[in-house]
Amino acid sequence: MPFVPHTEDDVRDMLKTIGVSDIEDLFDEIPQHLRCGSLDGIPKGMSEQEISRLMSERAAKDGQPLCFIGAGAYEHHIPAAVWELVTRGEFYSAYTPYQAEASQGTLQLVYEFQTMMTELMAMDVSNASLYDGASALAEAVLMAIRSNRKSKSRRILVPTSVHPAYRATTRTIVTNQGIELVEVPFDNEGGHITLDSLEPYAGEDIAALVIAQPNFFGVLEDVDALTNWAHANGVMVIAVVNPVAMALLKPPGQWGETGADIAVGEGQPLGVPLSSGGPYFGFMCARQTFVRQMPGRIVGRTVDRDGREGFTLTLQAREQHIRRSKATSNICTNQGLLVTAATIHMSLVGAEGLRRVALASHANTCKLVDKLSNDCIRPRFNRPYFHEAVLTTDLSLPRLLRPLYAHNLQPGYVLTDDYPELGESLLVCATETKTDADLDRFVDHMARAIEKQTTTGCPVQPKMA
Amino acid sequence: MSEVPGDLRYSRSHEWVRVNDDGTVTTGISDNAQEQLGDLVFVELPEVDHEVEAEEACAVVESVKAASDVYAPIAGTVVEANEDLADTPEAVNQDPYGAGWLMRLQPSSVDDVDRLMSAEEYLEFIESE
Repeated sequence: MPFVPHTEDDVRDMLKTIGVSDIEDLFDEIPQHLRCGSLDGIPKGMSEQEISRLMSERAAKDGQPLCFIGAGAYEHHIPAAVWELVTRGEFYSAYTPYQAEASQGTLQLVYEFQTMMTELMAMDVSNASLYDGASALAEAVLMAIRSNRKSKSRRILVPTSVHPAYRATTRTIVTNQGIELVEVPFDNEGGHITLDSLEPYAGEDIAALVIAQPNFFGVLEDVDALTNWAHANGVMVIAVVNPVAMALLKPPGQWGETGADIAVGEGQPLGVPLSSGGPYFGFMCARQTFVRQMPGRIVGRTVDRDGREGFTLTLQAREQHIRRSKATSNICTNQGLLVTAATIHMSLVGAEGLRRVALASHANTCKLVDKLSNDCIRPRFNRPYFHEAVLTTDLSLPRLLRPLYAHNLQPGYVLTDDYPELGESLLVCATETKTDADLDRFVDHMARAIEKQTTTGCPVQPKMA
Repeated sequence: MSEVPGDLRYSRSHEWVRVNDDGTVTTGISDNAQEQLGDLVFVELPEVDHEVEAEEACAVVESVKAASDVYAPIAGTVVEANEDLADTPEAVNQDPYGAGWLMRLQPSSVDDVDRLMSAEEYLEFIESE
């Protein structure tokens, strides 16, 4: 059976009804030279059997290495019930429904998701989600430009300790709208942003400051001081946070005297598997004052005319089906399926469970950093970190890591391309999924790799009792 | 039949203008406009000191069914915005020429007001629309 909504007969009937002979006639107002013609880069269609064979082979190629890479996507235990429930027919759709109010169950789920996110972030309002963490930051930048009515500058301060892919994505989305992203360097010793690095911008017209917690290096920022500096200078605060970390650390709504204005991030750690890089989902929360500048869909709880509780899409006058070109954003959907997974995941794990996941991940990473550190490899920064840390070495990093790859182990994210100034540095992460045996396997392989590069090997430093 | 006070001037985009004794002008949307929009739920106003061109979109009125721009009827500088509307947007529906005023402008040239329609002309205009 073809899973196609319109049969050839349907299409012919519809064209006849509107008095057009060919589907191409519908596009004749687009000049030929603007049309791309045939899509040569796209291979011919494959049968279900062929495509499942191809994808199985590709998945096998990825293998199942022991993974110590974080860098924006994190391996966490997902209770089996999560995806068992998500794939039920009642939930199995990627979108918010178009006849939204006819799907009360879906709307209630999104409402629960929004409620959980506002609690986790200590913010007033949440939307129904965005595509991913990187594009959520871009949307937050656009929202801040619309919301900060005291600022006319269209300038945003973005520390270089914010995820490089987030910065690249944001640049792609916002620079053609005349928005300037001003990069603020991180501190060489701490890996964090200092007030000294912001001081040159004091009194200048800046729309917003981006604060990552933890930042790309896993390092914790001094969020209170940064937030207070921003608000004292008429600058809005955009928080980019790991949602699991917020179960343990001070959430954006409580930063400084007044709290962050917008909080965004990648929702993947909440019940979404790594899955070769996606799909993931972005989240966004904000203070009530700015809700009308928020992109995307928002579900509200209300009562019908008989006083019965119901759920509805709300504040739609911001959206493009009402406001057309003046809509706050071109986002008019959400990552429905992944939000479903996240909502079920958070319900099953619970607030205390999420806190324990965060604690265990932090403890595991501390243990790993401790075990890996010796005369040849050491932590690059001296600030506290969450569940990721930068290690640096005077040896050749590619030569050290080669044997680890060969032993089906992904030792971390190599920072050389994104941060050449950090030299031979590696970003490592050990979540709660790693056992002591896993950590020891990493440490043993690394010790042997060091031995190969040095004549004597690196003596493990004596530990304090 | 919507109310069109005789002492005000009107724009083709349904804003009204009242010249005050101090040379500033107060503007809002006409009774006819608020009827068309339905119950307002939110009004977004410009910042004080914002300079507006004539016919520039400078405010937004949002009803349960639509969000519409409000245009500056004449060029000038915003000297006051009706902040009370943040809590009581319904004032625009209930009293469009009084408590529902939107903003006060210092006009670039007060003669610009004369180029707007009189009440009589505006009545004819909304009947022809």
